[in-house]
Amino acid sequence: MYDTSDIRKGLKVLMDGNPYNVIEFQFVKPGKGAAFTRTKFKNLLTGAVVERNIRSGEKLEPANVETRDMQFLYKEGGDLVFMDQTSYEQVTIAADLIGDAHDLMKDNLACTVVFFNERPVDVTLPTFVQLEITASEPGVKGDTSGNVQKPATVETGATVSVPLFIRVGDTIKIDTRTHEYVERVNKT
Amino acid sequence: MQRGRVVALIDGAAVVRTQRAAVTVADPPASWRVGMFVDVTTREVIGGGEHLPTSASEVMRLTPARIAHLEVRARVLTSVRGFFAARGFLEVETPLIVPSPGLEIHLDAVAAGDGYLITSPEYAMKRLLAGGLEKIFQVCKCFRANEHGPHHAGEFTMIEWYRAFDTIESIARDTEELVHAVCGDHAQLGERRIAVTPPWARLTVRDALGKWAGVHVAGDESAAELTAAVRAAGIEIADGLAWDDAFFTAWLARVEPALAELDHAILIEDWPAPLAALARRKEGDPRTALRFEAYVGGLELANAFDELVDAGEQEQRFREEQQVRRDRGRPVYPIDGKLIAALHEGLPPSGGIALGFDRLVMLATGATTIGDVQALAEAER
Repeated sequence: MYDTSDIRKGLKVLMDGNPYNVIEFQFVKPGKGAAFTRTKFKNLLTGAVVERNIRSGEKLEPANVETRDMQFLYKEGGDLVFMDQTSYEQVTIAADLIGDAHDLMKDNLACTVVFFNERPVDVTLPTFVQLEITASEPGVKGDTSGNVQKPATVETGATVSVPLFIRVGDTIKIDTRTHEYVERVNKT
Repeated sequence: MQRGRVVALIDGAAVVRTQRAAVTVADPPASWRVGMFVDVTTREVIGGGEHLPTSASEVMRLTPARIAHLEVRARVLTSVRGFFAARGFLEVETPLIVPSPGLEIHLDAVAAGDGYLITSPEYAMKRLLAGGLEKIFQVCKCFRANEHGPHHAGEFTMIEWYRAFDTIESIARDTEELVHAVCGDHAQLGERRIAVTPPWARLTVRDALGKWAGVHVAGDESAAELTAAVRAAGIEIADGLAWDDAFFTAWLARVEPALAELDHAILIEDWPAPLAALARRKEGDPRTALRFEAYVGGLELANAFDELVDAGEQEQRFREEQQVRRDRGRPVYPIDGKLIAALHEGLPPSGGIALGFDRLVMLATGATTIGDVQALAEAER
């Protein structure tokens, strides 16, 4: 069990059966009263943030939460198969858990997976991925400003809005949080 | 004359950091090296420079903002002494190491020598009142174990003053006038300005809890009843809490955040009897203690009592506090027998208060952490 002196950013605790991550804390002590630690917790399953004043002497239950570096291997129906980069163990994760960004995942992509009680609960993709354009209408000649956009399909099958000058075969950088085109990348 | 340390030598110029500013010196003497102390006016080397400055954690580098805070701190200290001298107070110094450091349940004392460091100079100063002094003040260090935060330091400075043959009302006036004398019409807390022109707004504890937390507190209900009332107001609270812990759960959840929003200073008065500490109960209302807390911008600045002068009741409260400490597995400090003896002999009706000097300096500078107004903060020891 943890007590208030263990509270620090990143501490994982279990409250009402849910895993929480400490994101902020502050020592407070009203005159003639007990010391409390005013603590903000983020629910690792829902992302909801709650604030609680933990009294000195109160105990917090550690959450069995683990963060592992994993590599995306392949899709299997609605699931995605990952491999632990240290143990080579394979884990199947439902696409729902990843959210919108799952269609930007290319084989071998390195991700961070959070496990709660050995079950994967969250997958974090790199902020940017580089993908090749496989299909797109040719742009109207002359417009190279990038202000006007057109739809394009990338190698993973996702559709992304790109500037008119982007052609099939170009590699582009995409923000996985927003699905937005960032820039064209010179092929190495 | 300007003296300082050479912090850089670039392109035929030297940068010398003096207390107030960085000064650029053109064509410095060839003997100047980084790290040396030099006289900018005479261009003489004063010394140093054998060792290059190392990492920031080893070398004390005061930022201009920090230096400005320390200058304000020194001025505030002078004006505090002037304030009390002008009102006929006698400055006293009482021992910092004592056999009985105070039994207040939520304060932990630091052991030192054959006793403990004081958590406040309260007991000694009350003995001086019993001994015949009327108006006394003290500015001293106090020590409290396990208190570290933006508004707390294990070692801090307290201003404590007492008025014998007087009441808590005169103490309230002193407090308002002192803060006004130090800060002007507005105290500063970060970017916020808080009006401190006397007289300050007042609110009773019961009204504050009723208004902001929707909790009615009587002062003679059981801990379980208070817990139920706090829960009914929609505040998350565990079962089995002591009365004071239930009270402060609601206080921290609803009242302190609301106090922090106020743009003016406020006195929170009439504390429920279980939080009387060393305060006298109100005549004809034993559920209420004559105590106030001064809040400025949510910062709890001072705590005042109309002093309990009844020796029997005082001894009884000390014994209860010892028992609570024993029950909670906390260190049990001895009762200050000399204070009890002084109360038996007789203490005149008196008002007294403890005001956090570092917090007062925060309000005079706009600093948001206590370490910012201390010459060497806890982390810099």
